[in-house]
Formats: sequence, C-alpha cells, structure tokens
Amino acid sequence: MNKFGFTISQGRQLNFDEMKTDKVEKLLELVPSYKFCIGCGGCTAACSAAGYTDYNIRKIHTSFFRAQYDGLDEQLKRCMLCGKCLLVCPRGVNTRSLIINMRRLLANVQPNTFVRKGAEQ
Amino acid sequence: MSWPFIIFVILYWLGSVGLIVWSIFSPFFSVYVVPFMLGVLFLLFFSIVKYWRWIHSFDKLQRAIIRKNIWSWRFLPAIWEAFREGLLHWRITKKNVLLGYMHRSLAFGWFLLIVVGAVQARLAFPDGHPFWVAIFFNYFENDHDLTAFKHAVLFANLMDALLLYVLSGLFLAMFKKVWSRPMGMKRTTRHTLMDRVAKFALWCIFPLRLLSEAATSSLFGNGGFLVNWLGDILASIGLANEAFEYTCWTLYSVALGTFFSLMPFSRYMHIFTEVFLIYFRNLGVRDSDKKTGYTMFELSACSRCGICIDGCPMNKELGIVNMQGVYMLQSIRNLELQKNAEPIAENCLMCDRCVADCPVNLDLSIIRRQVRINNKKAIDSKGGYGYLRNVQPFNSIGRVAYFGGCMSHLTPGITKSMETIFNAVGQKYWYMDRDETICCGRPLLQQGFENQAFELRRKNTEMIVNSKATMLITSCPICYQSFKKEYKLSIPVMHHTEYINMLIESGRLKVRKDDRKVTYHDPCELGRGCGIYDEPRDVLKATTTLLKTSEEREHSLCCGFNLGNPQLDIEQQTLIRNAARDNLLKPNPDLIATACPMCKKAFMRADNVPVKDVAEIVAENIIK
Repeated sequence: MNKFGFTISQGRQLNFDEMKTDKVEKLLELVPSYKFCIGCGGCTAACSAAGYTDYNIRKIHTSFFRAQYDGLDEQLKRCMLCGKCLLVCPRGVNTRSLIINMRRLLANVQPNTFVRKGAEQ
Repeated sequence: MSWPFIIFVILYWLGSVGLIVWSIFSPFFSVYVVPFMLGVLFLLFFSIVKYWRWIHSFDKLQRAIIRKNIWSWRFLPAIWEAFREGLLHWRITKKNVLLGYMHRSLAFGWFLLIVVGAVQARLAFPDGHPFWVAIFFNYFENDHDLTAFKHAVLFANLMDALLLYVLSGLFLAMFKKVWSRPMGMKRTTRHTLMDRVAKFALWCIFPLRLLSEAATSSLFGNGGFLVNWLGDILASIGLANEAFEYTCWTLYSVALGTFFSLMPFSRYMHIFTEVFLIYFRNLGVRDSDKKTGYTMFELSACSRCGICIDGCPMNKELGIVNMQGVYMLQSIRNLELQKNAEPIAENCLMCDRCVADCPVNLDLSIIRRQVRINNKKAIDSKGGYGYLRNVQPFNSIGRVAYFGGCMSHLTPGITKSMETIFNAVGQKYWYMDRDETICCGRPLLQQGFENQAFELRRKNTEMIVNSKATMLITSCPICYQSFKKEYKLSIPVMHHTEYINMLIESGRLKVRKDDRKVTYHDPCELGRGCGIYDEPRDVLKATTTLLKTSEEREHSLCCGFNLGNPQLDIEQQTLIRNAARDNLLKPNPDLIATACPMCKKAFMRADNVPVKDVAEIVAENIIK
C-alpha cells in the first residue's frame, strides 16, 4: 500500500462532546506556559531522542492538547530529559515540566502542586 | 506497635520505678528531683532505642565500610571534629562571630557546667553521691559554709562565671529572635510547635538555675559572686525562706525534665545525633540513593538553624521560603508535615549552595534526590530506551574520548574550540557524540528517574569501554559529575578546563595573554559539585586578566537555568540569572567566562552580556 505514497486513513475529526479534557486542564494549571506553544517544532529539531527514533515532542504536545492520550505514555518514556528543548523554545514553554507532568497524568499519579511564592506558609 | 517500642516502654517504666525506689532510700533524696530524673531516663532510653534501630537499618555498603574502618584510627579526627563542631561550633563562627559565640556559649558553656559541676560534687562528697547531686549541687551542699572542701570558693565562683557565660549566650539568642541581622542571618527558620515548646523549656533552664541557687544562697550564703549578689537581693525583698527555695528548685527540675522529654521530638536531638553523624562520616559512610539509617541520623542532626535559607537563590531572588533544606528535613522527619515533603523536594535548583553553607555538612541534595526517587517510582519505567543504537565501536586505542554533552550541541563554539585545541597539540581524539548524543543520565537522576538513568549510563559505559579510549574529556559539568561520581569508569575523567590546564602547565599548549579583563562564573555542578575551582582560574590567568567578584567559589550564584528544578518558569529563571549576571558585571569586565554550556546559554540570553567559555578563550589565544 505504502508504495503509492498515500493510504486511506481514519477520520481525524475531533468530537468535542466526547473529549475528556480533564487531564489537559490539569496540565494547563500545572504548567501555565503550555498554552504559549506555537507548534514551531524547535523542540523536536533539537531533541536528542529524535536523533534515534521518531519521537516527536511537538506531536505529543498537540495530541495531548486534543485529549488524544492513546500511546503517548509509551512515546514519553523515550525522553532523556536533557533539556535541550527547553533552551531552544522561543516561547519559553517549560517543556521538561510538561513531559514529567504528562507522564504523571497519564499514569494517573497525583501530580505535584506548584510551590509558589510563600504558598502554604 | 513495633517491638522496639514495646521494649522501650518496658525499659522506661522499669527504670523509672527502680530509680525512684533507689532515690527514696538515698540520703540525698528530695521529691522535686523526680521530674528531672524522668526526663533524663526518657531521653536515655528513647535515644538508645532510636539509635539502635537506625544503626541496624544501614545498607550493605554502609555496613561494609563501618566494618572495614571501625578498628582504624579514624575515630581520632572524629573526636576532634565532634569537639570542634559540637561544642565550639567552628563552622558557624566562621560565618558570623556573634552567631558562633551564641552557639558556643550555650553548648560549650553548658558542657563545662556539667563537667565542672561533677568535679565539684566529687570533691564535696568524696564518699560518693547519686548523679543528680551534681545538677542540684547548691541545694544539697547548703549546710556548710564555703570552707567545706578544698577550693570550694573557687568552684562556686567558677560555676557562677560559667553560668554567666551561658546566660550571655541565652541573651543573644533572645536578641536574635527580635533582630537577627547582626548575627548574619536575614531570615530565621519557622519552627514547629514542638520546637518552640522545647526552646521555651531550654530558655527557662538557666535563669531558673540562677534563681534557685540565689534562693538557697539567700538562706545559706553558699554561692559565688553572681549567685550571692542575687541572693542578697532576694533576702532584701523578703524571699529568704525555704518555701520559695523549694519552689524554685522544683521549677528548675521541671524545666530540665520537660526539655529532656521533648528533645527526641524536637530539633534539639541534633546535640547528640551530630556526634554520631560525625563519627560515621569520618569512618567513610556516605548517603545512598535510598533512605537508610544514616539518612535518619542526618535528619536528626539538622539543628534547623536556618543558615541554608539565606544563601538559597530561590529565597533571594524569588522570595520562596518554604522549600529550603531545613524545611525539607523537617517535613521528612515530622509525621504531620510529611505530606509537604514531596512538593518541597521537587522545588529546588539542586545548585548545592545550601550544602556549602550547612554548618553540619549535611548532604541535602542527596536526601532531596531520595525523596524525588521515591516520588517518581510510579513513572520510572524500564526499557524506554530500546531505540538507542551503539555508535560503531570506534577503535580509539591511544586516543582520548571527547564527550561534548547534550547542551554543547547548542553551543557549537565550545566543541569547535575543543577540536581546535586537540588539533593544536596534536592529540588524536574520538568525538563520541558528534552526530547523535546519548544523555549522561544525570538530568534524569536529579529528577528521580533512577532506572531510566541507569539504562543510559549502561549504554554510555558500553560505548566508552568498547572504544578502549585512554581518557574521557567532557565539556559539560553535569556530564562531568555524572561520569566522575555515578559511572564506574576505569579511565580518568576530566573536565575540559582541567585538561586545558594540564596542557598549558606541561607546556604542550602555548597560549598568549591578551588584554581582556574577565570575571569567572563558577558553574554549580563543576564548583560545588566536583570541587573544580582552581583549574579554570589558572587557565584564565594564563590567557587573560582575571577579576575577582564578591560571590565566588563555593559561594557562587546559580545561573538559574540549572536542570534541577523543572517547576520554575522562564521568568523566575531569568530573575535568578540576572542576580548572577549583575554580580559578575560589577567589576566591569570585558567578558564573562564560564565553563558550562548551560551557564553560557543562560548568560547569552541576557542582552549585551559578552560571555565565552574557557575553551573558546583559550582557542582564540593559541600560539601556533
């Protein structure tokens, strides 16, 4: 099939009524800079893991934002947390925190709360 | 109910009943000593059970080290260090003289009071006496005038002088509560209720002692210069009676008993625990990645002095004052606060500044990592890195392996300069991660992903061993610390500043000195992490004019872009970076030099800050 350069793919329309956005909302709350992402792909271009495999952090960000959580956990395990994505990001998205918190949310672990200025004091 | 607890309860009650029976039949009995004795017994049994349990939960490696070194001479430096730090508080004195005096007068003064008091009681009652007589000496030695035993007057005055010494420290401690600036502390710790009650009991002990002795002196005149003076005042206002005297001694005994019973649950447990910790540390025991008995000793040895708060960049630049080492240890130790331990442990730059400041030398970063490892158990997966392929085994016999590190891929200036330097000295090298890089694993380990970090380490070790390279040189301090401490490599590992310094010193690399003035930024991982302070400075001195800054070496400021804290957002990191930048720009240099690609990247992001790596400066100044 692939020889033709095209395939028949499933519909990609998002059904907003069925979207489970609880994790996305939680993630936005934990990492507010998530919403600054413009999808430029700089993180993916710099990624150490992407040099070896099809690990694509931009794709993961986008899928997560669309609440398409399937298979993301397996993907995220490939990250080495080296932090290059953090330094190249032109929008100051806290990518490492995103990855750690996504993994926590996907594994249904209660994510850490942020400890902000003088909070809980 | 665990068995040590049951044993503790049985021993405690047996001991208490035995002691009370013994004391009632003793000629030196008075009811008011009972609270003191119960407190002492409680502390004694509780500490024995606790320490016993902790020593038994040391891990295999720690036990092996103890077994190996227990019969060596290492206890001698341990005794010296325990005396110097436990009593004289030398490290605190080096930080601030007044603060050191305060701690010394309370610790060393009280210690001398006990020792001299024991000698005094021994001389007064040569036929022997129960131990509490030394504590309540003036009460029992009241039917003599001061010619009762040899040097009685001298001892009375000596004891008064010591009490005055302790009281002066107490006065300073109260003063510090109101205004801590003169003691070199901007912020002090917020203590738990238990700590405050114990502190109140401690503060009551010495004034009550003075008052009780004065009350006895008002009746018998058996004190030294201070006690007799206060005794005369008491007599002049009509308090020279036995009821008042008895009340005072009872209160003194209750204060002592309260303090001793609260000690195991408060920060004051550090008084004894620090001695044990110093002993084990001198034997060579170090913390591991799991919570062991040694960690428990460290937790208890923290005096919660709060010195770690002032230096912390999170406090200084961001005003976050609830995650410093003292609060982390407090929350791990305190059952009620344990829910806070994880958020506190996660929110830290891991810049090791607190480790450098800590007067007890606690390894706060490792304890923090233990909590993080525990916290990440659920998501620390195995087998995620199946995709990593071996770089073709490169036969590197006689070559050095060069590991740029992930971050150096974003600062090609550093790797290019290193290649220039290798070529200039004719050193054959193997650039391990020129095209594809495997992370060293330290960023993962810092976040607590123990298994994943192990997988990366195994992959890298395999590559290095297969290559048969003679030496490993790395440009990134994070990788350097990882290769040095976490990998078990048989070849020498060097940071590029060390390597360049070696080349210059041996004359293989000839450099000229230019007229640029530079300040050097100590990267946290290289300086405090690995103790490399002099090599980069020597290199800079050979190539440029090095200026001094106010916060250098172990007191250097973190650049804020450290990978230790993923929670900080870019604005907060920038604030921390700016503080470090301003400090470096103060002497008006032409250039900021650093030795870490991460720090370089951090300073490059600031406007108009010329920053270069040590390797780049050297590469520009090579004489061909």
